[in-house]
Amino acid sequence: MNRFLLPLGIFALLAVVLAIGIRHSPDKGLIASPLLGKPAPQFSLPDLADPARQVRSADLRGRWYLFNVWGTWCGECRAEHDMLLKAHRANLLPIIGLDWKDEEGNARSWLTQLGNPYDSVAVDASGREAIDWGVYAAPETFLVNPHGIIVFKHLGALTDETWAREIVPRVTGAPQKGS
Amino acid sequence: MLPELGHFALILALLLAGLQALFGIAGPWLGRERWVAAVTPAVAGQAVMVSTAVACLIASFVGNDFSVSYVAENSNTALPLFYRVAAMWGAHEGSLLLWILLLALWTVAVAIGSSGLPQRFAARVLGVLGVVSFGFLLFTLATSNPFLRLDPPAPDGRDLNPILQDPGLAVHPPILYTGYVGFAVAFAFACAAMLEGRLDQDWARWTRPWTTAAWSFLTCGIALGSFWAYYELGWGGFWFWDPVENASFMPWLVGTALVHSLAVTDKRGLFKSWTLLLAILAFSLSMLGTFLVRSGVLVSVHSFAADPSRGIFILVFLIVMIGGALALYAWRAPLLKSTAGFELGARESFLLFNNVLLVIAAGTVFAGTLAPLISDALKLGTVSVGPPYFNPTFLMSMLPLIALLSVGIHANWKRGRLKDKQRMLLYTFVVAAVLGCGLAFGVYYRGKLLSAVGATLGMWIVLSSLVDPIDRWRRGLSVPRAVLGMTTAHLGLALAVIALTTVQSFTTERDVALSPGETASVGGYEFRFLGVQPVEGPNYDALGGTVEVTRHGAPVALLKPQKRSYWVQHQVTSETAIKMHHGSNVLIALGESLGAGRWSLRIQIRPLVSLIWLAAFIMAVGGALAATDRRYRAAGAPAGARAAVAAQGAA
Repeated sequence: MNRFLLPLGIFALLAVVLAIGIRHSPDKGLIASPLLGKPAPQFSLPDLADPARQVRSADLRGRWYLFNVWGTWCGECRAEHDMLLKAHRANLLPIIGLDWKDEEGNARSWLTQLGNPYDSVAVDASGREAIDWGVYAAPETFLVNPHGIIVFKHLGALTDETWAREIVPRVTGAPQKGS
Repeated sequence: MLPELGHFALILALLLAGLQALFGIAGPWLGRERWVAAVTPAVAGQAVMVSTAVACLIASFVGNDFSVSYVAENSNTALPLFYRVAAMWGAHEGSLLLWILLLALWTVAVAIGSSGLPQRFAARVLGVLGVVSFGFLLFTLATSNPFLRLDPPAPDGRDLNPILQDPGLAVHPPILYTGYVGFAVAFAFACAAMLEGRLDQDWARWTRPWTTAAWSFLTCGIALGSFWAYYELGWGGFWFWDPVENASFMPWLVGTALVHSLAVTDKRGLFKSWTLLLAILAFSLSMLGTFLVRSGVLVSVHSFAADPSRGIFILVFLIVMIGGALALYAWRAPLLKSTAGFELGARESFLLFNNVLLVIAAGTVFAGTLAPLISDALKLGTVSVGPPYFNPTFLMSMLPLIALLSVGIHANWKRGRLKDKQRMLLYTFVVAAVLGCGLAFGVYYRGKLLSAVGATLGMWIVLSSLVDPIDRWRRGLSVPRAVLGMTTAHLGLALAVIALTTVQSFTTERDVALSPGETASVGGYEFRFLGVQPVEGPNYDALGGTVEVTRHGAPVALLKPQKRSYWVQHQVTSETAIKMHHGSNVLIALGESLGAGRWSLRIQIRPLVSLIWLAAFIMAVGGALAATDRRYRAAGAPAGARAAVAAQGAA
């Protein structure tokens, strides 16, 4: 065996790892990694329904909640909306919306027309709050446990499958398959 | 019309790059003299076409042509002219085009500079560079075309990412890329030498000035990036071990090793196969950096929009280029036999340690950067690796390197006669230890081991490096430019070590909440908060705080940190206010409003932090001095190295 082949061999291994990396990204795993297992950012933001009131993370302490980042300008969010309504009807956990970089008027009429799946919607017109959550692109959904830790993050429109396989088992404490 | 012209020019550039690669590699192989002679015209033509494309894209930006989708996404009529030009490389497509332009300019410089080289060898070098150009041009045209039209045109643009609206943006990417791309030249020389089977010392000597020049640019680029993140992004640090930072740092570490091992190969004909491997590695890491940043495989604060199809293209390209070069290496390197030996205390030994330690450092950074990826691929779950991993592992390889440097520069080639230098080394070390500990324990009181060790080793390099030049100067001898460059770069490194260890050990950080008129005292300074007023900028609104800083009652500065809200992208950025004071940096960032005029403020005192960037700049100057030594020009080889430095600097 020629020792000068060694670099080529190492590179071949690396190429395989990178190829697997591409297959995995960007829809799962890696993009989620920085915030998983970390405390969710503390927030206190104006309530879309009543700007005089605040939606505060402190009020959610001790409960599971879903944190969903959306905006009326976002096409995928429209596609996701029915799923959120279904999740709301399941009445499993509160769903907190973050109305991201949006016009408040548009957001209110969107919820009136399409139905409101959110227990409350926090307004983040500047996008500042989304930076703290490491939001990459709307829609994104975070599952936060009663200790305020982010335990799961979903990129893109929420699906039935993700709801049934990733969110419900975690919240109800049912045994999870495959992870 | 202009975008179509630019697009067309880019297609022509692709064809010319293909010809350049074909003629340059196949010509010498088949012994076709006319093919060999056609390489230089192809290089010139490709450079003209790429420049035309860049000019067209800049013209679209300057003319606010929002029918071009890339312009619409990254510019705005309210954006000042300066940033409209700089916005050209503000996102993925344009920065790729910038990369291609810089590669074309380097190639032209190599073509001019290698007029003294054997014609076939020069053709091969240009041919390999042609392959690189071809790959990147194909990538741009196939997956990242900046000239795509928008129908109907946007009424106004989305504006440049506010983070990038800073003079730092205008200079940071071009300089960084010049360094990155410059390693392509060393790569091309190594591949040409292997293709030709001409593995003597010549290729190493011809490569040296190019590699050193590229290294200087990369050093500057990294330092500017760090500076920019520090004062513009307001993240309160100068280095985050972020994947994108690491992507530029790994080629730098390997490039530093390469600069040193080229010296051994050039002067002594040793380390030949190792030097070849480093030349391949340095550019491979530059390309891998591109892959990591563009493919979205790793998450980073710097990431441009990620796109898996781009990732697959780059991966295939990487496999062809790096795999090809390494296969060539596996084929040719066994032919190499080192003829000379050296003793343990000889300069060669120290340079060997230098290389091993630098490569280990690059390896640890590499492992940390790719760890999340590898653990995910092996289904071990997602992990994230941060400073707790990087800082100690990096330190472990760097401390011995720095300690050996002071001794190594006094060692002779071949023979290990350090005995007659022992006394001088001991004296300089004792003086350095006194000065270093004095700095750590005397000036900053709370002595810390890291800072004492770092300051001592840094001082030792300073003193030890100056012994020879001072001696020569006293005896009326001239100092060759290469030696002057080396000494300068080592002094820069010494300053960086002192500054880094001091900052790491003695930074003070506090979050305070103040109402107007209240005072907080942090790290020996008093901060009096005067309140927050609205401020209006050209394309943003801001809230500006005013803080009066005093030290023991004596005024230091009136600092005005801001929170800016940009109109178009509704993004908020924090403008940190910084004041240099006796070598320390006082930083204030405006936090959140706590109601009733009360605000949270983040205050940091960082001693010697400005010295880090100054030190990096000194290192780069040292590299520039060494790259322009007359020796390389006298050898007839890259007479254009200087022209290249000038041309790249102007670019």
